[in-house]
Amino acid sequence: MTPWLAATVVGTRALTAASRTLVLAVPGFQGARPGQHVDVRLTAPDGYQASRSYSLAATGTDERVELAVAAVPDGEVSPYLVEVARPGDVMEVRGPLGGYFVWDPADPSPVLLVAGGSGVVPLVAMLRARAAAGSGTPFLLVLSVRTRADVMFADELSDPGDGVTVRRVVTREADGDRPAGRLGAADLDATGFGPDDAPAVFVCGPTGFVEHAATMLTGLGHPAARVRTERFGGTS
Amino acid sequence: MGIVTRGFGGRREVDPDVPPGQYVTDDFPVLSTGPTPNVDEDRWSLEVRTETGETRRWDWSALLALPAEDVTTDIHCVTHWSKLGTTWRGVSVDTLLADVETSADFVMAHSFGGYTTNVPLEDLTDGRAWIAYEFEGEPLDPVHGGPARLLVPHLYFWKSAKWVRELELMTTEDLGFWEVNGYHAYGDPWLEQRYA
Ligand SMILES: Cc1cc2nc3c(=O)[nH]c(=O)nc-3n(C[C@H](O)[C@H](O)[C@H](O)COP(=O)(O)OP(=O)(O)OC[C@H]3O[C@@H](n4cnc5c(N)ncnc54)[C@H](O)[C@@H]3O)c2cc1C
Repeated sequence: MTPWLAATVVGTRALTAASRTLVLAVPGFQGARPGQHVDVRLTAPDGYQASRSYSLAATGTDERVELAVAAVPDGEVSPYLVEVARPGDVMEVRGPLGGYFVWDPADPSPVLLVAGGSGVVPLVAMLRARAAAGSGTPFLLVLSVRTRADVMFADELSDPGDGVTVRRVVTREADGDRPAGRLGAADLDATGFGPDDAPAVFVCGPTGFVEHAATMLTGLGHPAARVRTERFGGTS
Repeated sequence: MGIVTRGFGGRREVDPDVPPGQYVTDDFPVLSTGPTPNVDEDRWSLEVRTETGETRRWDWSALLALPAEDVTTDIHCVTHWSKLGTTWRGVSVDTLLADVETSADFVMAHSFGGYTTNVPLEDLTDGRAWIAYEFEGEPLDPVHGGPARLLVPHLYFWKSAKWVRELELMTTEDLGFWEVNGYHAYGDPWLEQRYA
């Protein structure tokens, strides 16, 4: 049984108006792979506990866990992590967890990443692992957000490195030539990342988004076995 | 020494119907490893295969012809949500196994799309598991495993294989998809058996 480990907040950084990065020091935590997540457990003074899953935004540094959390309105845990927690606060972490939604840097296939909102977090971990490995594997990240201001890791994604393309889909406002509108099949269709190129496909975000994107991807001809999904919950 | 998280109050009451570490949701979130396989009812069938290789098979109309039961139950997902008082209709696994000769102790459920999960046989018998094809009075939606899924509500919900197509009886325990990937072999929500 993977044990709960004590975790201390050592840093926070705002990402957008409603999301931020938390860095935790977690003695005993090691060996994460890009795409994996942890469970985070909070304990109130009366002993009440709440736990939720959060993807690792970075892998490779043992005993440190970097999370990136978007506050869900009226949520129990995410508003605490985004608005209340500060350095020195303690909580618990269990992981790394999940062995399937994982990119293997030794896999030479091109990689198509599809994110809705905070679903970008484990995909950022994959991009960072690619850079750390000095990999030249072509990556395309298609990132769907409500407004341009909702892009988490915007600075990092504006300069993602050679061989990495980021395509932004803004659903609630016009973005350059692209009118407002939800992710469409054309947004997922790109030279070098079609079914014939046999990319590894990773789709992550709120449940409804993942269903919608995965259905379009199989409709474009990507075999279901090549499309890995991680559903964050929620209905939007 | 217990850990207390400064500034965290929590906002839910502790409910004796809810296992530790779970929260109650009214939504029905979807969790699967890939896209939803759309299995037409005329392509659907369910097989029970014994350890000696004997098989029994039901196509869609044969399944519907079996006696059905209405089940009201709570369900608990390893990703921390629980949904209380859900209603289902389906065929008890006892009915499917009534004429099956076996000395197996374990079952591997296989799904359309390649998913697998392992369950002890005794957890599928004595009125504890069903092949469910209706949810809340409607045909089971494909995203939730329709046309039919295994329903084993006393274990974490990943054991309730969506799009089920075969129950393979085994004399030794093999691990299924999530169980190989670090999840618990048994998965009792009341004991918080989430991970191996
Ligand atoms: C494997 C995994 C990895 C995850 N990684 C991340 C991550 O890296 N960053 C991150 O911010 N979140 C992530 N999540 C989502 C996270 O676990 C929580 O579900 C989310 O933070 C909401 O928790 P809460 O306690 O604030 O809201 P709750 O109190 O649980 O829910 C409040 C309301 O919001 C709805 N809701 C719950 N989750 C969502 C959601 N994701 N989107 C929209 N509505 C929702 C609920 O249905 C409910 O109605 C991940 C989830 C999973 C399963």
